[in-house]
Amino acid sequence: MRYIRPQSIEEAAGLLASAAGPAAILAGGSDLLVRMKGGFIEPELIVDIKAIAGLSEIKETADGFSIGAAVPCAVLGENAALKKAWPGVVEAAKLIGSKQVQGRCTIVGNLCNASPAADSVPALVAAGAKAVVAGPNGRRTIAVEAVPTGPGRTSLAKGEIIEAILLDKPAPNAGDAYQRFIPRTEMDIAVVSAGVNLTLDEAGAIKAARVALGAAAPTVLLVEEAAEVLVGSKLDEATLERLAKICAGACRPIDDKRGTIEFRRKVAGVLAKRVATTAYERAGGK
Amino acid sequence: MNFDPRYSGRSFSSVGTRPLRPDGVDKVTGRARYGADFNMAGQLVGRVLRSPHAHAIIKKIDTSKAEKLAGVKAVITAKDLPDLTDGDAAMFDTLDNCMARKKALYDGHAVAAVAAIDARTARQALKLIEVDYEVLPHVTDVDEAMQHHAPLINDAIFTEGLEEKPVKPSNVSKRTQYGHGDVHQGFAQADFVVERSFKTEQTHQGYIEPHACVASVNPDGTADLWVCTQGHFVYRQHCAQLLGLEVSKLRVTSSEIGGGFGGKTHVWAEPVALALSRKAGRPVKLVMTRDEVFRASGPTSATSIDVKIGARKDGTITAAEATLRYTCGPYAGMWAEIGAMTAFACYKLENVKTVGYEVLVNRPKTAAYRAPSAPMAAFAVESAVDELAKEIGIDPVEFRIKNAAQEGTRASYGPVYGPIGIGPTLEAVKEHPHMRAPLAQNQGRGMACGFWFNFGGQTCTDLNIGMDGTVSLAVGTVDVGGSRASLSLVAAEELGIDYGQVKAIVADTSSLGYNDMTDGSRGTFSSSMATISAARNAIKVLRERAAQMWDISVDDVAWEKGHAVAKGEKHGNLGKLSLKEIAAQSGKTGGPIAGHSELVADGAGVSFATHICDVEVDPETGSTRVIRYTVVQDAGKAVHPTYVEGQYQGGAAQGIGWALNEEYIYGKDGRLQNPGFLDYRIPVCSDLPMIDTQILEIPNPNHPYGVRGVGETSIVPPLAAIANAVSNAVGVRMSHIPMSPPRILAALEAEREG
Repeated sequence: MRYIRPQSIEEAAGLLASAAGPAAILAGGSDLLVRMKGGFIEPELIVDIKAIAGLSEIKETADGFSIGAAVPCAVLGENAALKKAWPGVVEAAKLIGSKQVQGRCTIVGNLCNASPAADSVPALVAAGAKAVVAGPNGRRTIAVEAVPTGPGRTSLAKGEIIEAILLDKPAPNAGDAYQRFIPRTEMDIAVVSAGVNLTLDEAGAIKAARVALGAAAPTVLLVEEAAEVLVGSKLDEATLERLAKICAGACRPIDDKRGTIEFRRKVAGVLAKRVATTAYERAGGK
Repeated sequence: MNFDPRYSGRSFSSVGTRPLRPDGVDKVTGRARYGADFNMAGQLVGRVLRSPHAHAIIKKIDTSKAEKLAGVKAVITAKDLPDLTDGDAAMFDTLDNCMARKKALYDGHAVAAVAAIDARTARQALKLIEVDYEVLPHVTDVDEAMQHHAPLINDAIFTEGLEEKPVKPSNVSKRTQYGHGDVHQGFAQADFVVERSFKTEQTHQGYIEPHACVASVNPDGTADLWVCTQGHFVYRQHCAQLLGLEVSKLRVTSSEIGGGFGGKTHVWAEPVALALSRKAGRPVKLVMTRDEVFRASGPTSATSIDVKIGARKDGTITAAEATLRYTCGPYAGMWAEIGAMTAFACYKLENVKTVGYEVLVNRPKTAAYRAPSAPMAAFAVESAVDELAKEIGIDPVEFRIKNAAQEGTRASYGPVYGPIGIGPTLEAVKEHPHMRAPLAQNQGRGMACGFWFNFGGQTCTDLNIGMDGTVSLAVGTVDVGGSRASLSLVAAEELGIDYGQVKAIVADTSSLGYNDMTDGSRGTFSSSMATISAARNAIKVLRERAAQMWDISVDDVAWEKGHAVAKGEKHGNLGKLSLKEIAAQSGKTGGPIAGHSELVADGAGVSFATHICDVEVDPETGSTRVIRYTVVQDAGKAVHPTYVEGQYQGGAAQGIGWALNEEYIYGKDGRLQNPGFLDYRIPVCSDLPMIDTQILEIPNPNHPYGVRGVGETSIVPPLAAIANAVSNAVGVRMSHIPMSPPRILAALEAEREG
């Protein structure tokens, strides 16, 4: 096994592109090392991206935030501006693993691990986040939801690395939120989850909405029909019930050790209601 | 040895205090050595190849490629562990479980093992072993395994305990029955009858430290084993028998233990490590992964239980009956029998009948888990008792008090009780402020009782007095819950010295006579008895030495508060001699001063507990949180109350996990789906409230200080207490454990749809 700690994204992409055997990117390592120790994978090459300039920074610009691929989730929680702008994204990132894991794990790792149950992904999708992909042929920017293509699979080509996640500055009167259902209180994996991002007009009616569900299908679901139901409403009881019904219907879950199809559908609806309510309050709605 | 174990009603100065444990600093600084912390020069890494099939004939194993891999020093299969069990069926099962012989009987069953110079080489070697399996149909569910058409796991097993000897083999290895009176007559007298069926899923002890050992076999037939175990003497016995070693030539040293709860009472990896070491001629370290621990150590039974209880309008139970089916894994066991014995042990019953069926399934061999078999039986019985109280319209605590067993009651499993704590724990619960605390919406309160036998057994202890007057206490029961502190308190009490003067250790198997393992809540009960005996023997020597120093008759020397005191008119001028002063002169008065004891600690007093639990159920998701929990249990005498409370809390915590989320989940292919702590959900700290405890002390007449074992009973009531609380919170009676959110939500939906 080779371990390399390149200084530039180009060098990293080159190493990955030319790797003959299985290769892995190491940032926090909270997925990679567990899998290696469990004997599930034996990479021939490990590319540690933590020494690449800029990858461990959160940059705030006039337009928004750029979160480097090696920024640990705990650091997201320490960034007051980011927390204020995107509380749902930050609360999702802060649910991953344990306190110790959060000191290492990254939202890019969470995204590229491509688990349908990834906590930060529904929140990022709801927030309309984008991923900056660097590779042998230069850079491209894609929607976060375009990255995972199925459990454990991504749309990234050989040699491509997600360099950063981009979040716009939120509109005025906007709010986002994320919740997951777990049987325990922490250190668990989502049985089903929901992220909601709402923007209100001056009268308090919803003028834009994004609703994403996690662990409800092979990839995170962006439920456009749910957004349509929300737009124009002030999140009254009837709207919430319709939201729950649509989200339950939009799920394509499986029966497995973590929950039944029935259970996931029902709880997806319940969470959507609860999360939308929090997002609405954060957006200033009453 | 004329040791008198009877309760003396004495007062205490050390016993009942709460000093720090002697192993505490090492544990919190990381210096304590657990199973995997021992290393030897030249040690190899052992790894086990496990069956991916739930049930398969092993047609052929080809190890030649693995043997040729550079760095591989030994490869073994069942051939390297020949059958030396000489007709001992239970030991043969242990041997077959350590290394499958003709068939792989569960997902994870060991089929081969390697020892190599490093973990990577060992892992590669496993991949080079070719096993030719013929996959057979399997069965993992307890009820399905009892069906006539179920795949047969062992065609040499014919159900024992039937009136007529069966002609066909069966997955039911044994039927047992307990009880007295006539239940038909009893039910005829009942005004109310509740009859219900229950299921509980298989759970694991969930000890944080996986099994680990280092084995070193020498060409001269001697061997050493360093191992994490609850009973190193038992491991020595079993390993010696399986490997064909002489017992006294195998020296077993127990490490600190990161949890056992009954799961470290059986050998799995140890005979394999010894066989590898014997073949390789080098020490071998074998550490199980968490995946292996779940798949191939010994979880508790999954069960299916029917209960029927009848009572008169006045609240008197007239008859009680239960049929209990427990999985044993693929080998015969006696788990249902224990369930059948404990099921109604809390109650005074004229007519009672329990029947147990031991059921073979393609799951790992069942092992003990803290009060083994009792929690499931208590779940079924205490749920039905609660429901019956509701039907009669009587308070569930009053109903239990009215029917509680007492001194002189003939237990449902046979014996007549001496002084017991079920009534007092119920009275304490009735008066407890927890029972009157207000509840909010979606919250409910439940309570339930539990029983455990407790055990005593063979015990051997040495007490050596150093020349500086300090005392070293060598015990043979592994310390799983603070017993070194408790036993030091007992030695200090008996000798009349400070706790700080006593240092207790767990001695290895070559340093002390045989000890049964730390199970059956026997550690403090039996070793304290042996410690008292050893201390009294040492006091006899101390008195003799003082008599020599004074040149008087030993009959005139008494032992009081850590001092020899000369008695009688003619010795009035002699000052007392401290233990330290006598010890300082020991070289001149006859050599080292020590007390030894060997005994069978009979008369372990039975143990009872009653628990109260408040839960809050989210009616939209079925999620349940335990928001308040109280344990009331009889300790006989709490030697070190903090560690008694710790046992009460630990049992409740494990019971809460079992009740709400823990379960073995098998796929249709018979493979375990959740062999890790991510999807096998033991509670994390934030899942639990602070668990309140109340220690009752109803002295055990068969122990000098009145001590009863306390380690196990606390896991018996929680399943039922939580089920009763859920029922009171949201009106659904949960009959399937764990009461996971999907199960509760489904039950709530069914209730809403009527």
